[in-house]
Amino acid sequence: MSTLVEEVVSKSEPPATKYTTKDFQSDQDVRWCPGCGDYSILAQVQRIMPDLNIKRENTVFVSGIGCSSRFPYYMDTYGFHSIHGRATAIASGLKMARPDLSVWVVTGDGDGLSIGGNHMIHLIRRNIDVNVMLFNNQIYGLTKGQYSPTSEFGKVTKSTPYGSIDYPFNPVSLALGASGTFVARTMDRDPKHLQQIVKRAAEHKGTSFVEIYQNCNVFNDGAFFMFTEKESKDENVLYLEHDKPLIFGKERDKGIHLDGFRPTVVSLKDGKHSIGDLIVHNENDSTLAFILANMTYNASLPRPVGIFLSIDRPTYESQMTLQIKNAVEKKGKGDLEKLLGSGDTWTIQ
Amino acid sequence: MVKKTKSLDEVTIRFAGDSGDGMQLTGTQFTNTSAIMGNDLSTLPDYPAEIRAPQGTLFGVSGFQIHFGSTEINTPGDQCDVLVAMNAAALKVNLRGLVDGGAIIVNTDGFNDKNLKLAGYTSNPLTDNSLAKYPIYQADITKLTSLALADMNLPTKIVDRTKNFFALGMMYWMYNRSVDTTVEWIKSKFKNKPDIVEANTRVLKAGWNFAETTEIFNVRYDVKAASLPRGKYRNVTGNTAVALGLVVAASKAKLDLFLGSYPITPASDILHELSMYKEYGVKTFQAEDEIAAITSAIGASFGGALAVTTTSGPGVALKTEAIGLAVMVELPLLIINIQRGGPSTGLPTKTEQADLLQALYGRNGEAPVPVLASSTPSDCFNTIFEAARIALKFMTPVIMLSDGYLGNGSEPWKLPNVADIPDISPKFRKDPNNYLPYLRNDTTLAREWAIPGTPGLEHRIGGLEKQDKTGNVNYEPENHDKMVHLRAEKVERIANDIPLASVDGDEKGDLLVVGWGGTYGAIRSAVEAKRAQRKSVSHLHLKYINPLQKNLGEILYNFKHVLVPEINLGQLIKVLRAKYLVPAVGLNKVQGLPFKSSEIEEKIDEILEGKKA
Repeated sequence: MSTLVEEVVSKSEPPATKYTTKDFQSDQDVRWCPGCGDYSILAQVQRIMPDLNIKRENTVFVSGIGCSSRFPYYMDTYGFHSIHGRATAIASGLKMARPDLSVWVVTGDGDGLSIGGNHMIHLIRRNIDVNVMLFNNQIYGLTKGQYSPTSEFGKVTKSTPYGSIDYPFNPVSLALGASGTFVARTMDRDPKHLQQIVKRAAEHKGTSFVEIYQNCNVFNDGAFFMFTEKESKDENVLYLEHDKPLIFGKERDKGIHLDGFRPTVVSLKDGKHSIGDLIVHNENDSTLAFILANMTYNASLPRPVGIFLSIDRPTYESQMTLQIKNAVEKKGKGDLEKLLGSGDTWTIQ
Repeated sequence: MVKKTKSLDEVTIRFAGDSGDGMQLTGTQFTNTSAIMGNDLSTLPDYPAEIRAPQGTLFGVSGFQIHFGSTEINTPGDQCDVLVAMNAAALKVNLRGLVDGGAIIVNTDGFNDKNLKLAGYTSNPLTDNSLAKYPIYQADITKLTSLALADMNLPTKIVDRTKNFFALGMMYWMYNRSVDTTVEWIKSKFKNKPDIVEANTRVLKAGWNFAETTEIFNVRYDVKAASLPRGKYRNVTGNTAVALGLVVAASKAKLDLFLGSYPITPASDILHELSMYKEYGVKTFQAEDEIAAITSAIGASFGGALAVTTTSGPGVALKTEAIGLAVMVELPLLIINIQRGGPSTGLPTKTEQADLLQALYGRNGEAPVPVLASSTPSDCFNTIFEAARIALKFMTPVIMLSDGYLGNGSEPWKLPNVADIPDISPKFRKDPNNYLPYLRNDTTLAREWAIPGTPGLEHRIGGLEKQDKTGNVNYEPENHDKMVHLRAEKVERIANDIPLASVDGDEKGDLLVVGWGGTYGAIRSAVEAKRAQRKSVSHLHLKYINPLQKNLGEILYNFKHVLVPEINLGQLIKVLRAKYLVPAVGLNKVQGLPFKSSEIEEKIDEILEGKKA
């Protein structure tokens, strides 16, 4: 950090007194549509912020363009509402320049996976310590209802009156494919789970990628109701918990068994299978993470949510800092006279 | 026999061969040796976009021209006095650049039937008398090289690669320069490969000795040191000067330097250079694309770094939206465009000045950006430093224009005294009381730089229109109108903070030649030549293109005619005509090459003699 920066900024140590949720609410009017899933996500994030023990001034929310990208205006931290798709690249530069900051990216399925898809995968593979929250509502909301890169095949929207012929991305598989070190999925309508996952994401050193199912009640209402509503949720959602067997169902009577590399649903009541036949989740196992992520668009399997993968790999910015530190140790701190006069020189008397 | 030595004021040599023949290296070595001997000089590397084009072909020819002398040297030379051609294609491509009666030195091994056919010769120009007006010096350099290394048992491929040093050795003899600088360079470059050091050194000396002892050459030339101002010098290319200027600017600003860049010809050398300077705290980031390169820099600027992105024209096209963001959020940012031939991919390795209007206007909305242009390789140092000063003081992105000719070309540079370079450190906002993100300094109209981590200054910025003072999102008609004017006015006020324009020559007269960027040397030479003939002509070279200097109009109106030479179809001239309503005349050439000063001289004559206006 340069001397000028050091003179004004706070040390990255926990705040003297613990914050409350209110401390993170800005004075701006929230302008999402009434009933939007974004309200819940905002509320849960504001709720967990005090628990992270990071000074408010050391927290930065960066976003691109789209409904979700209004998020930084509503957080009373530093914020940057940038241009479409580039939040991940802006956050990368910010974190490299200022590793002392807690940097967050709020993005959506269009912003993060369509126009910003390239920056997203490169952020993830570099493992820069940025927390990405991708609000997936499977639709373009701000531009009023075109299909997105996560919309289901055949989706009829304003721009696909004959049905979409695009095959959708599975964001979790994409993040794993980009060598993500923390990849998770949660839902706007499951506040407890959301809080728990986002907290874990914040604690992770390296890029954390959290896909958040978010209901757009205006242009794609109910896209995830099968997974979020009381009547259907238990039969259709598989909660991934580290070190625990994969069990689901209203009566917790079903589980996931691995048949070769293929996950299948088995009954724990049919007398043929027991808990011992089920996969035990291990969030440190990247092979398992791929298998579980692949369950996503398989209609015969429940939809996994939770932490697919959480592993350690050095962050990009820590290695960048280390290279600089080593160079200074080896060569001494740079001297401008020496720099300008490097190479062949001659003197005219 | 006794060989004669003749004294010359200046010489232009062109080394030409296959793109794999090491001609750029040969030229660079000759340049460094000449610089250390105290000559003034200017160089023009001219190479194809293909790394190793098929051998012997016309499009695979790589050239390096150096103009050096004991007098002031402003250009790489309109024509060369000596052409070193390693094969038939190199001769064919470069012969038209050789002065009548100029010397040709050829590697005869490069003129076999296959070479001649590839070069499109129906008969051998070395024997068919078509080159009668030129003295030709022939040597089978390939064979002489392999003889020199016969006892070393090196693979043919390696032996072949050293033959450029034979040619270099011959030229060192011919121009009376020592091989020592190059020998030292070979030693440090190949320090872990003793075989290669031995082979290259031996071949270099063999070339020198060959010229000394055989009767092919009977005259050698002496080019004395130029009388340059006292001081310590080094030879510098424009791209190196930019890199050095950035490190110095960051240090004088007391900020960390952050470079976000994506490789692109001819700008990549700046990224290479800066990535070596870790001990200066420089952070270089090779981004996934041009957009991430600039947006990462914007992120770093938000965090309080001196942030830079380097690129060439096609890269600027991709960065356009992000430059607009930097205008809106009013953060300091340096965008460096090493221009090349366009449009589209165009001519990646050739020079052009056709991105001026892109720099001035190539954005959506009213998005004013200061634009500075450097005029010589070493001036790139001053220009980028000045760009940084303006960016930090006015909280604005600044575009610096250089070009392939300046970026790769080199000249001797008198090193500045570091202590004399001014402090340009910004003042970060610290006081949380009454802070509003878009409150402005009364004089500069710059907003304050408040960086994350500062307690009590938490705020949000972004690309949506800002409310005056508060910076809140605002779509009101009057507010937008006010903000558009404020952003424009802020950039205009930079004119109060820069020196006035000054003319080389008389302040009044018949003709003023106005240039910008890399045309400096050619215009200066042409104007000096015409002034020596007592013609009423002066030269004005613009570093500041947006905003223009306050006295520019006044200067223009003092001349009967205004000539604007540009390597484009007339871009600065549009700006001058629009702003000052002067009937300026253009001289435009778009060949991927710099102007020759003779071309400018001809145009000056044409205007002054009233043939055409």
